[in-house]
Amino acid sequence: MSMTNILIDNVPYAVDGSKNVLAASLSLGLNLPYFCWHPALHSVGACRQCAVLKYKNAEDTKGKIVMACLEPIADHLRISIEAPEARQFRAGNIEALMTNHPHDCPVCDEGGECHLQDMTVMTGHNCRRYEFKKRTHTNQYLGPFVNHEMNRCIQCYRCVRFYKEYAGGKDLDVFASHDDVYFGRHEEGVLESEFSGNLVEVCPTGVFTDKTLKKHFTRKWDLTDAPSICHQCGVGCNIIASERYGSIRRILTRYNGDVNGYFLCDRGRFGYEYVNSPQRILAPAIKGDCALANASPEQAIRQISAIIASGKKMIGIGSPQASLESNFLLQQLVGPAHFYAGIPRAEGKLIRRVITLLKNGKVRTPSLAEVKDFDAVFVIGEDVTNTAPMLALNLRQAAKKGPVELVKAMHIPEWNDAAVKDIVQGTTGLFYIATPHHTALDEIATRTYHAHPDDIARLAYAVAQHINAFSSIAGASSSTADAHSPDAGTTANPDADFEALSKSIAAALLAAKKPLIVSGISLYSEALLDSAASITNALKDQAKDPGLVFIVPEANSIGLVMLSDQFLEDAYEKEEPDEDEKPSQADEDTAILLENDLYERTFKGQTDLFLRRQKNIIVLDSLENATTRQATHLLPAATFAEADGTLINNEGRAQRFYQVHQPDNAVRSSWKWLQELQSAASSEPNVPPSASTHFDSILQSLVREFPELTAITTLAPAAGFREGTQKIPREPHRYSGRTAMHANVNVNEPQPPEDADSALSFTMEGYAGVPPPALTPFYWSPGWNSVQAINKYQIEVGGPLHGGNPGKRLFEPSNIPAAILTPNIPAPFTPTPGEWLVLPLYHIFGSDPLSALSPGIKERIPQPYIALNDSDADKTGILEGHYVEVLLNGQKQRLPVKLHTGLPPGTAGLPKGLAATAGLQFPFSTTINSGNHD
Amino acid sequence: MFSNLRSIWIVFLHMFHKRETVLYPEEKAYLPPRWRGRIVLTRDPEGEERCVGCYLCAAVCPVDCISLQATEDEHGRRYPEFFRINFSRCIFCGLCEDACPTDAIQLIPDFEMGEYHRQNLVYEKEDLLIDGQGKVQGYNFYKVAGIDAGVKAKGQGANEDKPVDIKKLMP
Ligand code: SF4
Ligand code: SF4
Ligand code: SF4
Ligand code: SF4
Ligand code: FES
Repeated sequence: MSMTNILIDNVPYAVDGSKNVLAASLSLGLNLPYFCWHPALHSVGACRQCAVLKYKNAEDTKGKIVMACLEPIADHLRISIEAPEARQFRAGNIEALMTNHPHDCPVCDEGGECHLQDMTVMTGHNCRRYEFKKRTHTNQYLGPFVNHEMNRCIQCYRCVRFYKEYAGGKDLDVFASHDDVYFGRHEEGVLESEFSGNLVEVCPTGVFTDKTLKKHFTRKWDLTDAPSICHQCGVGCNIIASERYGSIRRILTRYNGDVNGYFLCDRGRFGYEYVNSPQRILAPAIKGDCALANASPEQAIRQISAIIASGKKMIGIGSPQASLESNFLLQQLVGPAHFYAGIPRAEGKLIRRVITLLKNGKVRTPSLAEVKDFDAVFVIGEDVTNTAPMLALNLRQAAKKGPVELVKAMHIPEWNDAAVKDIVQGTTGLFYIATPHHTALDEIATRTYHAHPDDIARLAYAVAQHINAFSSIAGASSSTADAHSPDAGTTANPDADFEALSKSIAAALLAAKKPLIVSGISLYSEALLDSAASITNALKDQAKDPGLVFIVPEANSIGLVMLSDQFLEDAYEKEEPDEDEKPSQADEDTAILLENDLYERTFKGQTDLFLRRQKNIIVLDSLENATTRQATHLLPAATFAEADGTLINNEGRAQRFYQVHQPDNAVRSSWKWLQELQSAASSEPNVPPSASTHFDSILQSLVREFPELTAITTLAPAAGFREGTQKIPREPHRYSGRTAMHANVNVNEPQPPEDADSALSFTMEGYAGVPPPALTPFYWSPGWNSVQAINKYQIEVGGPLHGGNPGKRLFEPSNIPAAILTPNIPAPFTPTPGEWLVLPLYHIFGSDPLSALSPGIKERIPQPYIALNDSDADKTGILEGHYVEVLLNGQKQRLPVKLHTGLPPGTAGLPKGLAATAGLQFPFSTTINSGNHD
Repeated sequence: MFSNLRSIWIVFLHMFHKRETVLYPEEKAYLPPRWRGRIVLTRDPEGEERCVGCYLCAAVCPVDCISLQATEDEHGRRYPEFFRINFSRCIFCGLCEDACPTDAIQLIPDFEMGEYHRQNLVYEKEDLLIDGQGKVQGYNFYKVAGIDAGVKAKGQGANEDKPVDIKKLMP
């Protein structure tokens, strides 16, 4: 970064020379109004709001008006923000924008966090002098997530620039002309993009607002907020979760320059509503003679701790949805030998493999944000848009990287968005996708390859071999192409296309500055993971700087497997009674299940069998499900909204999340329940259990047991941390209604709850400045009420936060030879006639069972279906929409057929995570009966 | 000495002046309409609730004694689901009335709110809502706002053009 000296209002500053004047001024903390510029979308100069005066030289007194967002920083540049001409221009611009603005603020959901309000106040405009009529627009229905109120538009074009250009959406555009321009769909309908929710934050006005918030609307200043982590997939985006009157109201992006930056996917943003579900378990329950009956927490603790203290056989089953702390305390309670990671073995082994490859391999895994900087991408087996949505958004940026680099070479700065786009003309960089079926990213791919996972692994291995071959005989053709019959252990393939494709991918990856390989466990194939790593290893050997990203399914998949290598089947088998069954003894068994619906994970029969053998089934969970209905003792566990904890994402980044509010019922973090059980079980009867230990001391004992997790103690300041003498308030200083909100119950205000586990407080009193980044509950700065106040929390706009981006990486590649791969090339897939190999299909809305309980998400979940190969269907005369009978785990199910998914012959696909497919162990073979299909 | 006598004389003369003290509660003092007493929620000229649930009164209240939750009817008209004032905290400063963009919340010249139990000073919407327009006559926010909340369609407001036809070809 080259520093350049400039003068702003005759004050000298040294600023980053690669920026524009607006970005530099904001980075300096100066207040300069803007609308169309966005740190991730860059400059187009559309709104004319950021006008400043630019002087020719030191003597110039007149200057000329320029747009700061389009003005490159140059040596000895002299500008003025405060010059009367510039101020007048900006005030006039706002006044013009406001001539058509509706009289809506009191009923506008943007009000109080509106960038237009902020900028209007900043320029001083306060009275509409224009006496003619206002133009009006009709609105559109845009689906369950985003509300549309077009009258409020100021034509900044941010929405279409984000939706179409940044996120690759097709169905939002600008219509009509001059001051009539209209931003919407060509016709009413659901916004298709998986990232549509970002319009809420990108639009500086109230045109696009959060429809889930609208249902229980609350102003920003009335929300109790907490820094949290999205629990809806393995990516771990940073979020701000907000509460009022005991229910969660909305999710906003929490900026993390190393992870999700300014954006979230719609599953993360709108999937929170399950927290407020009527299915929430709010009180402990104990099974009496027949049904579960509510019990007091003390009663439940007493009964359960008596079971624990009785010393009978006891096992604990953890969860990749629960925090490290909760899983660890369960492990401590039952003993490590009796703790099982609550996922099927096949999945667990793959996650273990991911950890090994990241920790002991040769190649570093980039952070989510770094993914944008790679200029060639090869996706191996992942439908990224549905298995790690935000990664897909960043891969779309990586696809632009190559072309943009070429533009930079023409001395056009990257931030000059319009110029860059004119030159790039929509071309994308090198991008290869090998998946079993069509994916949303196919449209930006240079080439795609749709095949069975084994064949994908063969392709990947072939690419690795070609890369290696380039080193031994530079330029010569590889010697592996002998005409052997295709076989396991070699990638030789008679298909010329396959050869050409693998060679061109190898060449592209070698030609790139920074090649990126993306793979994951969604197809349950270890060969895919190994083949991906063998490509990056080969690239590393060629002195390239490759990146390797693995996608894991859940928020704490990695963390869970780091705690235990025993999986569900281990628990089930170990608990298998002996041949000569002694039911009386087996009946003494106790299982403690942590936030885990086993019926989602394993076959119903298998799960039933296991649970039936348990005398006591102690379940800690937040929502009713098939497993909680089997419980003998049920404890109401917190969701992310009521719990503190640590998660480890697919990058191996440990991140802390904080409880948003203190519910007024028995709900509490699983680790708190486990702690109470532990101390009640170990203390003498009639002696009150010792004072509970706090979060930080759990962390201490956790890292004592697992030294490789030591970094998790440094993720955020400890509970004793104070800014000066003050805690950090979860509520903004304008929080209202404190002396009335509980007055219907009791006119004497209750004391606000204490948070003994963190440096955050549940009140509005406390430190008013910029808190440490891991503890930032909301963004606000004087004059900046909207989300754009984030500028004031960053060292430079779009850059890291003051104090560094939160989160700690746990893995750096150590290149331990043991992890060096012996290629394990699978045989090509040959279909068995009459049999279908069923692969899992993922859906951003539906494959995550928790978010699927949110009303908004529910509207977007597909009906169960079976996807078939087109030619297979042709042969049997099956048409799209026909119902066929599929044998699933011994049960016949009638499902409608979906065609044109690109699936290879002999395979079928079923959506994963839907109720109809719960417990299925993918991939599996089955038969399909097309009999009567009318 | 003289000044002492003069003071006694003046005090003596006051016995023949008109009394300022009234015998409340038998006799009531006149309170001007702008006197800041009990708070009410008023209705618009059409008889509908004026409050649009914007939360500005709650935000401005220095003792935080207003709490409400906004909700919407089937036409998208926003109104308070509940609206609560804790009068045992209210200092009758009138800032809520100042902040209200719809003239819904108004302070009226009634101060007779004494209660034996503090709990009875918690007023809900049913207690606050009156049947008239109060001090401000004729104002209906939804007639001048841009949104269509079932009161007027888009473009039907006094100050509005017809909605843009985005498919028209004329410039
Ligand atoms: S967009 Fe902003 S300025 Fe416009 S009505 Fe909404 S809150 Fe008010
Ligand atoms: S809808 Fe919002 S983002 Fe789009 S042009 Fe209008 S004001 Fe800008
Ligand atoms: S990508 Fe995953 S972690 Fe990020 S917002 Fe979406 S669901 Fe949440
Ligand atoms: S300020 Fe007026 S319109 Fe807004 S919530 Fe209060 S009473 Fe209702
Ligand atoms: S921000 Fe510079 S012209 Fe819009």
